[in-house]
Parts: sequence; structure tokens; C-alpha cells
Amino acid sequence: MALFRYPQPRPSEITPKDLYFSRRKVIAGLSAGLGVAALGTDPAQAGEKLHTHPGPYSATLEPTSRSDVTGYNNFYEFGMDKSDPAASSGDFKPLPWTLEIGGLVRNPQRLDVGQMLQSSDMEERIYRMRCVEAWSMVIPWDGIPLATLLKAADPDPKAKFVAFESVERPSEMPGQRNNISGIEWPYVEGLRLDEAMNPLTLLAMGIYGETLPNQNGAPVRLVVPWKYGFKGIKSIQRIRLVEEMPPTTWNRLAPSEYGFYANVNPEVDHPRWSQASERVIGSRSLFGEKRQPTLMFNGYGEQVADLYKRMDLHASY
Amino acid sequence: MPATEKRGGSGKAFRKYWRIIFYPLGMFPAIWLLWQGQNGQLGADPINAFERALGLWAFRFLIVCLMLAPLRWLTGLNFLRYRRLTGLLAFFYAALHVLTYVGLDHRFDWRVLWRDITHRPFVILGMLAFMMLLPLALTSNLVSLRKLGRGWKKLHLAIFPAAALAGVHFFLAFKTLNALSAFYLSVMAVVLVLRLPKWFGRRRSAAITR
Repeated sequence: MALFRYPQPRPSEITPKDLYFSRRKVIAGLSAGLGVAALGTDPAQAGEKLHTHPGPYSATLEPTSRSDVTGYNNFYEFGMDKSDPAASSGDFKPLPWTLEIGGLVRNPQRLDVGQMLQSSDMEERIYRMRCVEAWSMVIPWDGIPLATLLKAADPDPKAKFVAFESVERPSEMPGQRNNISGIEWPYVEGLRLDEAMNPLTLLAMGIYGETLPNQNGAPVRLVVPWKYGFKGIKSIQRIRLVEEMPPTTWNRLAPSEYGFYANVNPEVDHPRWSQASERVIGSRSLFGEKRQPTLMFNGYGEQVADLYKRMDLHASY
Repeated sequence: MPATEKRGGSGKAFRKYWRIIFYPLGMFPAIWLLWQGQNGQLGADPINAFERALGLWAFRFLIVCLMLAPLRWLTGLNFLRYRRLTGLLAFFYAALHVLTYVGLDHRFDWRVLWRDITHRPFVILGMLAFMMLLPLALTSNLVSLRKLGRGWKKLHLAIFPAAALAGVHFFLAFKTLNALSAFYLSVMAVVLVLRLPKWFGRRRSAAITR
């Protein structure tokens, strides 16, 4: 017998989603009008449940706690510190959202992400995440393979690369205001077409079976588990298929430190630190934090090593 | 007992015993960080947070130490007697920072550490700054001061290159310039640059008298 009975709202009592999200606009408008700072605007902390089922390629590892996954990450649009994204992403409005797929395609797409969140049956993929800063997590993503959408757009044979573009909204993204980092907004990333078509490459729209919190890249982001985390561009607005290798944000900022490929590789060090091993997030204790060897392609060599057979990975880092 | 006499008495006591208060006070952040680390309050990556916080405290104390002399010329406020305190605390945090990097972060993995120390400017600069502070800390006592005579002052000029190297190391500890690093780097730069007119002025006046 249950110890407590939780109040269950009837379906008729549930606020429609559009209305729910417009409520935030009303509050923001009111507080702006009154000159009052918006009080306790809760960023989509508790996401909405998604239709999701276990997908292939999942690691048989215990996922990192939800609080670490949502409270410790880089998203420079919301600030430089790894606690900033969770603290400062409350003003970001992830919906409504249109994802464009264009460039060298025969069938350009304009996708309503709000609709996709409700209608798509997503796959859960428990992936390792290796940050270029030598720490790692295990994250249960929910999403769809990028290849599914790219195939629907029908790439032109001339297309060799995929260019991704995030958003520039200084009014909602405090890290884009007073910017002294030297980063040019919006954040851009890229993959080779065969990398983008690899079945591991995921367009994630959720974690832990719920919609992505703002700080993790709502409403839709890229996950490429064999590459360093910064390749996983967040809050994607545009995907374009192109002929030439597209510019990428970190490579533009520090080309000697961050390459286009950015494959996880214990043998190719960052100029400022070794990539041979990684600190494992989740110990919550100074003397109990683990360090483990970093695996080639972050452990996904079986699926992706073939993509780089003829390449010198020391030169193309 | 008249109040003035009482105040004079406690002032004397303060002059005599401030070390007993200020050294533990200066070490408090380290103890606090250790306590936080043990109790899961240093966030998701506690070793990294601990290592960085120790480095930042070393840099802060180095700034304060170097600020005391210009503070005196500019305002007449004399806190020069705290230079040893702040310098030693800077060294204390730098030593804990290095120990954390070597022992806690890299688990005494000499292969990785050796590669770091021989190949990476970021680590080399930090290590050089630390190596420069080491003899200063060792000769901070009165016995060394007497023994070294004029050499002591020359030796302790090494704090300036150490501070400059620490500044570059601090800048490189972040992926980009940011509010935190910009703030501390500009304060350090001001504290160092304030001395330039005095140094150049002295050299010029020396040239004139010659």
C-alpha cells in the first residue's frame, strides 16, 4: 500500500503547453514593466516526460547523477563557470523552436521541435561523455539518430561536411553580453558527412527520459560520443550540408589546442595537459575522486575507427 | 584603570601576538576547502575545484604581499610588517597547489608529470614561479636575513619574476579570458606597474649624480 496519495490532476485540469510557456512571457512582461527582477523563474528544471525506449550502443555503466549532469557543464553562452549554465539559463526560451536543415540537400526541412518533442519516439542512449578538460561522465540521452533527419533531407552528392549553428540571443544568454572571452557568437560546429551519418551520432532532445534542461542545450543538441564534449553543439537552429570543411568555434579561437576532428585520443595531448586519463565525475569526495585511463575514441573504436583509417590522428587532431 | 592605558595595553599585546591570530586566519581557507572537499561541497569535480582554489589563494596572497610597499608610498599606511606573513601564506598555498597537482590529481604518475614539466609551458611557468618562491620562503627568517646581509634583498627581488610567471600561468589556467582572471590579472599588473616609475626614477637620478 502506498504511504502517501499524491493529488492526481484530471486531464482537463492540465494547462496546455503553449499556455504554460506563455505564462512565463506574461510574468516577464509584468516584472519588466514594474521594474522588478523576475523572481525565482525556474528554468525547465523538471523537464517533461518524453516517449522513449532503450536504443542500441548504450554503455552498461551507471549514469552520472542527474544533479551533476545538469549542474556541471560548459555552455559559455550562459557564463564561464561550470555552475553558470544551471544558474543563469532561466531566461532562455527553448520553445517555440524551428530547426532548419538546408544547404546542399534536395529536400530542405523546417522542423517544429516542439512537435517533435511530443510525437517522436526517441531512443535512449547511455553514452560516455569525455570533456576536453580531462573529466568524464556517463549520460542517458534521449533523441534520434542525426542520420534519420539527414536522409529525409536527401543530401546532394556534392555535400561533404555538415555545418551546425546555435543561437545568438544576448537578451536571454548572459554569457553573450559583456563578452571578453573572444568567442564569436553564434557557436558553430561541424562534422564530416560520414561522421554525421554514423549511427552513434545523436540529435538529443532529452536526458533521463525528460526534455533537455536549458543548461544542457534545450531544445535540441548534438551528441558525438567518440569526440570531446565541445563538439556537441547545443540549442541548434541550423544544419547545413556543405562542400568545404566548415569553421568551428573552438578551432577558430585556439587552433593549436582544438582541432576540427577533436576525436578522444589518449595519445594526443592538449598543449596544456595530458589526455591519457580522466577524472570521473560523481565521487562527491576530494580524496575519493577516481581517475581512469582514457580510451581511444572514448571506447567507441569498434563503431568509428574505420572512419579514420587513412588519417594521421596526430596531425588531424 | 584609565581607559587610555587599557587601550594602549591591548595595542601592545596585538603588536606582540598578531601572528598567533593572522597565520591561522590565513590558513583558514585551506582548512575550509579541505572540510568542503570531505563533505561533498566542492561540486562535481572536487579535485579540480580544490586545485584551482589553492592556486587562486596563492595568487591573492602574492598580490597582497606586493601591494603593501606601494600602499605605503601612496597613502602612508604602513603594513610592511605583514610582508613576510602574506609572502609565506602565498608560498603555503602554492605548495599545497603543487602537492594537489602532483599527488591528488595525477596520483604521483611520474611519467605524466615529467611530460607535463618538460613539455607544457603552462606547467613549466607555474613550476618556475614556485621554484622561485621556495628560496624566499626558506630565507624568510631573521637568521637568514642576518647571514645573507645585502644579498638577502637581492635574493628577494625574485618575487617580481615569480609574480610575473605566476600571472601568465594563471592566465593560461582558463580556456579564455574571463571576468575572474581579468580582475586578478589587472590588479597584479597594477601592483607591479606602480613600481616602475620608482625604479626608473631611481636609475635616472643615479645617472644624474654620476
